[in-house]
Amino acid sequence: MAQVTLQKLVKNYDETPAVRGIDLDIADKEFVVLVGPSGCGKSTTLRMIAGLEDITAGDVLIGGEVVNDMPPKDRDIAMVFQNYALYPHMSVYENMSFGLRLKKVAKDEIARRVENAAQILDISELLQRKPKQLSGGQRQRVAMGRAIVRDPKVFLFDEPLSNLDAKLRVQMRTEIKKVHQKVRTTTVYVTHDQIEAMTLADRVVVMNGGNIEQVGTPNELYHNPATKFVAGFIGSPAMNFVPCTIEEAAGALRIRLSKDIAFPVPQERTGRYRALVGKSGLLFGLRPEHIMEQRQHLEPNQHPFEVELEVTEPMGMETMVFFLIEGTELVGRVNPDAGAQAGRRMKLVADLGKMHLIDDGSGRVL
Amino acid sequence: MANGITVQAPAPPAARRMTMQKLMRRRSTTALALALPLILLISGLVIYPAFFAMYLSMLDRKMETFTGMRNILFLMHFDTFWMVVKQSCIFALSAVFFKALIGFVTSHLVHNLPPKGQRKWRGMLLVPWVIPTAMSTIAWFWLFDPAYSAINWILAKFGIGPVPWLGVTSWARFSVILVNVWYGAPFFLIMYLAALKSVPDQLYEAAAIDGANWWQKVWYVTLPMMRNIIAITMLFSLIVTFANFDIVRILTAGGPVDSTHVFATWAFSLGIQGNNIPMGASVSLFMLPILGVAAFFILRDINRRGSSV
Repeated sequence: MAQVTLQKLVKNYDETPAVRGIDLDIADKEFVVLVGPSGCGKSTTLRMIAGLEDITAGDVLIGGEVVNDMPPKDRDIAMVFQNYALYPHMSVYENMSFGLRLKKVAKDEIARRVENAAQILDISELLQRKPKQLSGGQRQRVAMGRAIVRDPKVFLFDEPLSNLDAKLRVQMRTEIKKVHQKVRTTTVYVTHDQIEAMTLADRVVVMNGGNIEQVGTPNELYHNPATKFVAGFIGSPAMNFVPCTIEEAAGALRIRLSKDIAFPVPQERTGRYRALVGKSGLLFGLRPEHIMEQRQHLEPNQHPFEVELEVTEPMGMETMVFFLIEGTELVGRVNPDAGAQAGRRMKLVADLGKMHLIDDGSGRVL
Repeated sequence: MANGITVQAPAPPAARRMTMQKLMRRRSTTALALALPLILLISGLVIYPAFFAMYLSMLDRKMETFTGMRNILFLMHFDTFWMVVKQSCIFALSAVFFKALIGFVTSHLVHNLPPKGQRKWRGMLLVPWVIPTAMSTIAWFWLFDPAYSAINWILAKFGIGPVPWLGVTSWARFSVILVNVWYGAPFFLIMYLAALKSVPDQLYEAAAIDGANWWQKVWYVTLPMMRNIIAITMLFSLIVTFANFDIVRILTAGGPVDSTHVFATWAFSLGIQGNNIPMGASVSLFMLPILGVAAFFILRDINRRGSSV
């Protein structure tokens, strides 16, 4: 049983705040990913859990016990570092068994655990090699193996895949997920890559500027972002944002994006949006996948509009179309057979059922 | 394919000019040309004197007759010579050991200082190494002086002394080693500090999480990561210390009764002061095999480890 709890956790570096009082509950055996742009405080948070960074204020609890002043070795954690941090003068076996040897675990028990971990990670052949003789992916596995043999309460991963090339990264991502399914241990994983966060996590914690923006399952974050930051950070290509106003005509609400383009507000949202009529500083948010080519049969909340395309990017399975509305660039994803061509006008469809309305001042999704 | 080769093969008169041009264009030729001034300089200043010393060592005292190995054989039966061999080894080994130890400890202390103060301390700790040895050794000479010794003055306050720093064999040997350590430790400090800074912080963090305490981090992380630097620095210092001249010359001039002589000072006193240049040359030649063997073992060890780490 090892849940991890952060209570009002604060970290300042000489007056510069890095983490501004965050609260988080991580359940036993849960895989939680901290994600955010660089400098958002995610690594600092992880290092405070590990005990590698002093805590300015607040508490870190592991398994219900406050560990603020406990040195890393007594917290029963294992950490995988970005550059692997393997000891270059030790063989893979020695690297993996180092922690156990320091704990004076019996020799045959060490051998049993190392071989078990090596089997899980498929590195049994490499045990006698030195880190220098391994590829990046293999080093990554050894670093994970070193964590697994310790059988800790919590696994901590600090951007473990960012030193790998793109193809290997995808492969190791799956590998990490498999390992977590075999060795069910509470895991805190830090990354700046939202795809990594979405694919690995039971729950994702989006951080920005030392604060938690939102905590939720990958699907919750994608479909119901709480803030403009989360809406823009999760999903690739990023969500489109266009300044808009809400107007009322004959009892019905419309969202106006430009002189020519205005969409009716979906029925179920009219109650929510009525108070916003005439308000300025609103943003209309819609993901590229919800802007499609014109089609025969339209769903209830889908509405057509026409724009001149600036650029098209064929991706094979779809074509990205870029266009301007009142000087703001938007992206849509259309069928490659829809005949999109730069410089031509094209009829597109917006799925208003998936739209978000954002207060640009506070950044909250309304 | 076959046709192309037969066409290129003959034409002898042009071929020679071709090879000259080719030779000039080869990268190794350029490299050799660029290195040539240094090679000439080293040959002039090192290789020529070395061979000249060998030649000198085979002459008689008046430098007129060729005597072959007679000087060397004479030395082998000379008690003072064996005393100098012993003293040179004691001097070099103990001085290097303590320089390395002090350098290692101080480099850790400086490394763990907050970055702001580090530069200041590093600069101050380098001072002994930067002052010309002749000057600083004269200062030490005063500190050790039987009549005016500042050290004895302080010791006297605690009721100790007076210590005959340079007057008794054991103390004189201790004193020359002490001054050599004082002078050479900063070199180790700087080398070790650079080595320490090149150890990635994450290795220490990984070790901390693995459960290593301070001492285990030094033993399992720092020392293995620094081994090559430690070996190279010690070899370099061993050579320089073994061949030391200035400190011993100024502090004791080899006394009392030749007991603090090392190879260089003894060679000087026999050759220049004793007016027997060939004998002095023979003494100095004995340094060569001893240092050669040490260098061979240390460098072999570095090469072997260098390929495995």
